[in-house]
Amino acid sequence: MKLIGLKSLLVVILFTLSSTTVFAQDDIEEVVEHFEEKEDEFDPQGMITHHVLDAHEFHIIDWNDHPITLPLPIILWTDNGLTTFMSSAFEHDDSGKVIVERNGGKFVKLHEKIYQLDAGASSVSFDAENHPTNATKPWDISITRNVFMMWISVLVLLLIFTAAARKYKKSENNVPKGIAGFVEPLVVFVRDEIGIPMIGEHKYKKYMPYLLTIFFFIWINNIFGLIPILNGANLSGNIAFTFTLAVFTFIITTFSGNKNYWKHIFWMPGVPVPMKIFLAPIEIIGMFVKPISLMIRLFANITAGHIIVLALMSLIFIFKSVFIAPVSVGFSLFIGIIEIIVTAIQAYIFTVLSALYFGMATEEEHH
Amino acid sequence: MDSSQFVTPGFGLVFWTAITFIFLLLILKKFAWKPILGAVSEREESIKSALAQAEEAKKEMQNLQADNERILKEARAERDGMLKEAREIKDSIISEAKEQAKSEGDKMVKAAQATIESEKKAAVADIKNQVANLSVEIAEKVIKEQLSDKGKQLKLVDDLLGDIKLN
Repeated sequence: MKLIGLKSLLVVILFTLSSTTVFAQDDIEEVVEHFEEKEDEFDPQGMITHHVLDAHEFHIIDWNDHPITLPLPIILWTDNGLTTFMSSAFEHDDSGKVIVERNGGKFVKLHEKIYQLDAGASSVSFDAENHPTNATKPWDISITRNVFMMWISVLVLLLIFTAAARKYKKSENNVPKGIAGFVEPLVVFVRDEIGIPMIGEHKYKKYMPYLLTIFFFIWINNIFGLIPILNGANLSGNIAFTFTLAVFTFIITTFSGNKNYWKHIFWMPGVPVPMKIFLAPIEIIGMFVKPISLMIRLFANITAGHIIVLALMSLIFIFKSVFIAPVSVGFSLFIGIIEIIVTAIQAYIFTVLSALYFGMATEEEHH
Repeated sequence: MDSSQFVTPGFGLVFWTAITFIFLLLILKKFAWKPILGAVSEREESIKSALAQAEEAKKEMQNLQADNERILKEARAERDGMLKEAREIKDSIISEAKEQAKSEGDKMVKAAQATIESEKKAAVADIKNQVANLSVEIAEKVIKEQLSDKGKQLKLVDDLLGDIKLN
């Protein structure tokens, strides 16, 4: 599904990016055009895209023109069944040149997507728009960079919170000690500032595990995305991640909906009948717009932050001048500090809005 | 560069996110949220009940204090009453004793006076008898002397007479 709205949103993001660096706007375009002609030169767009999108290997550093990477498993579902191999088989190639033969199929990696060559083909041929013409995409459930980082974040979350929970069992009178003293205010914050006010005193308990989990899951992945050495593990800035969480919120909202909720959607009480008929389609669209807004908000905020920081850093290499470094570093530092705040704010907003939707779905009739 | 890849959810990541999230939710629910939220609410309950207990204890204290004051007042009143009574009893005992002593004393004085009176009478009677006897003896001796010598008898009479005069 391609949403036109999302494309225009991306344009807005890119526009914001370009206006941030407006002082060098024309120069950048010139320089980029200049560099695009030569292949070996620095390609900021490619670098940023590579960092923001998912990848099949964990690229750590280039050393003497040799990329040092952590290979990750590739898991494909093809016509011949499950096919697995390590991403190192592609030898860091991302242009479809290296062909890997496994399980009776020929696979290439092109722009971080795995293609299976059609039977009989021995190399990828491209059309005018650089799309492969003789290859199809198999179902790809590889452990990508983002999946890998997600599991690390899960591990960290489990360690932190189960350790905190154990502290309570050890201490007498439920006194929070050690890590529990750090975790408890956050948990109580989610309960007292999100759960209870949005859903209500009587019904919030059922939703607390979900709210706490998404809050900390999003927050920690936002933070991980900001750690430079993790090389742009941009999980919470990936639309697949935000899409999945938004779907969870949508499912829970829909299944929590009581009679009052559905009545407000299909037959709005308190307005004349023509108005009821007019409002019903709007409300039905609204049901879907709410989770979609959740999805886009988190994705766009985190991705935009990444793009801005990377673009500012690219300036150094675009100008090939060390004198631009203080400007880049200064701006990146500024944006970086804002991004640290944004990590918590976006996690909070996603959780608050989810809770708000649950609250709306379970609200009792008042009038 | 095709920008739509930014906004196209990749199937693999959706798949793994869904599985991972459900796994994370279930594990954290059982091993983190339940114990943490349980401990927090338990503590809140215990704080609430402790505060209520403190309030109750305060009230009880106030009641006790009021009771104490009342009891103290009563005790003080009782003490005052007892003291007063004791003083009255003391006074009455003293006055009674005084009266008794006085009447006893009077009786004794009267008895002593009567005894003295009777003793005096007896002594006077005795003296009278002895005087009478002495008078007789003297008279005897005088008569005897006078009977032996006339002159002497006369002299004696003179002396006696002289004595009588001296008397």
